[in-house]
Amino acid sequence: MKTTKEISLGDIAARAEELRGENMTLNMGPSHPATHGVLRLSLELDGDKVVKCDPVIGYLHRGDEKIAENMTYNQFVPYTDRLDYLAPLANNVAYAIAVEKLAGLKMPERCEAIRVVCCEMARISSHLLGLGVYAMDTGAWTVFMYTFNEREKLYSLFEELTGARFTTSYTRIGGLTRDLPEGWLKKVEVFCDGVLKVIDEVDKLLTRNGIFLERTEGIAPISKELALAYGLTGPNLRASGVGFDLRKDKPYSGYEKYDFDVPVGTKGDCFDRYLVRMEEVRQSVRILRQACKNMPGGAWYAEDAKKIFLPPKAKVMTKMEELIQNFMIVTEGPQIPAGEVYFEAENPKGALGFYVVSNGGGVPYRLRIRGPSFVSLSILPAIVPGNYLTDIASILGSLDFVMGECDR
Amino acid sequence: MEAAVLTDRFPRTQVLASQDMPTYQVAGEDLVETVRFLRDAQGFDLLADLCGIDWKDRTPRFGVVIHLLSTTHKEYVRLHVGAVNDAVPSVSSLHPGANWHEREAFDMFGIRFEGHPDPRRILMWDAYPYHPLRKEFPLAGIEVPLPAADVAEVTGQTVEPAPMMGGPFVSPGGKMSEGEPSALDQSWNEEKPKA
Repeated sequence: MKTTKEISLGDIAARAEELRGENMTLNMGPSHPATHGVLRLSLELDGDKVVKCDPVIGYLHRGDEKIAENMTYNQFVPYTDRLDYLAPLANNVAYAIAVEKLAGLKMPERCEAIRVVCCEMARISSHLLGLGVYAMDTGAWTVFMYTFNEREKLYSLFEELTGARFTTSYTRIGGLTRDLPEGWLKKVEVFCDGVLKVIDEVDKLLTRNGIFLERTEGIAPISKELALAYGLTGPNLRASGVGFDLRKDKPYSGYEKYDFDVPVGTKGDCFDRYLVRMEEVRQSVRILRQACKNMPGGAWYAEDAKKIFLPPKAKVMTKMEELIQNFMIVTEGPQIPAGEVYFEAENPKGALGFYVVSNGGGVPYRLRIRGPSFVSLSILPAIVPGNYLTDIASILGSLDFVMGECDR
Repeated sequence: MEAAVLTDRFPRTQVLASQDMPTYQVAGEDLVETVRFLRDAQGFDLLADLCGIDWKDRTPRFGVVIHLLSTTHKEYVRLHVGAVNDAVPSVSSLHPGANWHEREAFDMFGIRFEGHPDPRRILMWDAYPYHPLRKEFPLAGIEVPLPAADVAEVTGQTVEPAPMMGGPFVSPGGKMSEGEPSALDQSWNEEKPKA
């Protein structure tokens, strides 16, 4: 009687279908620390390998586009703070420029330069959080403390400039809420020196760190073609090797006057996306230094924007004409001519676009917000399957999205 | 890109006046081929944005606006498409990124995208009965059942219209208004019979 049975690896491979268990469905989120807000991933798992990923969004939907149709242009500025709430200043600027383009306004140089300073500080603030939280997602606590310390200093500067630390609402159609406070640019320059040291430190902590490399290198690479097909923008697109930056290629607010480089990745994996953000902080500091050094004087709002920008307070109190203008703009909104305009600004998360349709008057007929985070998340079903469940935290962190902007 | 390049190839295409970028009115039947031509022959390789719009008194009432970007030539182009019978062909086979934008336009306006691989709502929940960005939809919202039927059964709660007291306030444009500024949409203020 024969009692032995020969087995071999070949047999197991042949029986793979038979050995495979049922797929498991797992809901990751909407409240999960790695989803950075209220994002839910409906995952189909084979063991701990992801077979299918279906992102479920909309938990933070507030109907911003509907709200915009029901209020004047300036009243909507605070709502833009709450899109990408990690870079509210950049959102304010993008929105103001879009509406000003529709009104055909040309901003004075000083206003443009102040806006550039705002945008770059917002970029540093957003990237500092993005990098800190990304390190935390991959298992390193310390980096987060380093970057948050620096962000705190930025928030104090924002407070001095706008009166608010978080929800800045700094721009108005045709200008800003106020000019720069005295001595503020000096403080920005001091901050620039400090943040570079911290970025160097983060660089030393992470870039050659074995654990960090294993969690990010080669994970979820996005090819050039895939990134373009899904309409990725900003650092996520540049990490995939497409050197497209709206500040360089479609300059707005006087970005053509500044000297800076656009970092571009090669493989488009999580590690490249991290490297691009690191370098972008350094480039932002370069822009900030140039802007602080060459800050032009003169008006900080468009003086010819008669029915759009509020006249100076002193004149409102003493002159009839200005008083009426002030009243009209506050009650009926800045008078924007009929037409349509689409404007995209290079925000920290990617291209934030505003499509404004106006029938004339103080209220937009339609205001569409193109959030870069919405687009960044739409690529998940294409890049997550095939990765392990543990990699998801790493992938999500590397895309650096904000749900406030995704769900609008 | 010269306007004639597009209008010669697609005779139904009209050039529209616009201040910021070349703008075309494209017939629904030509849309997919136009987008393919722009992508493959003209270098418009990135779909920047796709959104719906409610024109209220135009026919067709709804439209879709597509913004394409060329990363090589560094220029934009805008395509307007009318949604005849509330339907527009989907371009998500050419630009996978259009998939979510089209789901959003369907969610917000009820525009159907023919040939869309996954025509579900995206921001609102699947059983939501309205399309909130349509002009007749009130700003405060309309009372609807809770998304979770089991929770609704236990609590008896519904999704209620938002309280509107306190803003947003707007005066009607044109001449100087007589009254105080008030919300543009007054449907929340109408008297309702007490239940």
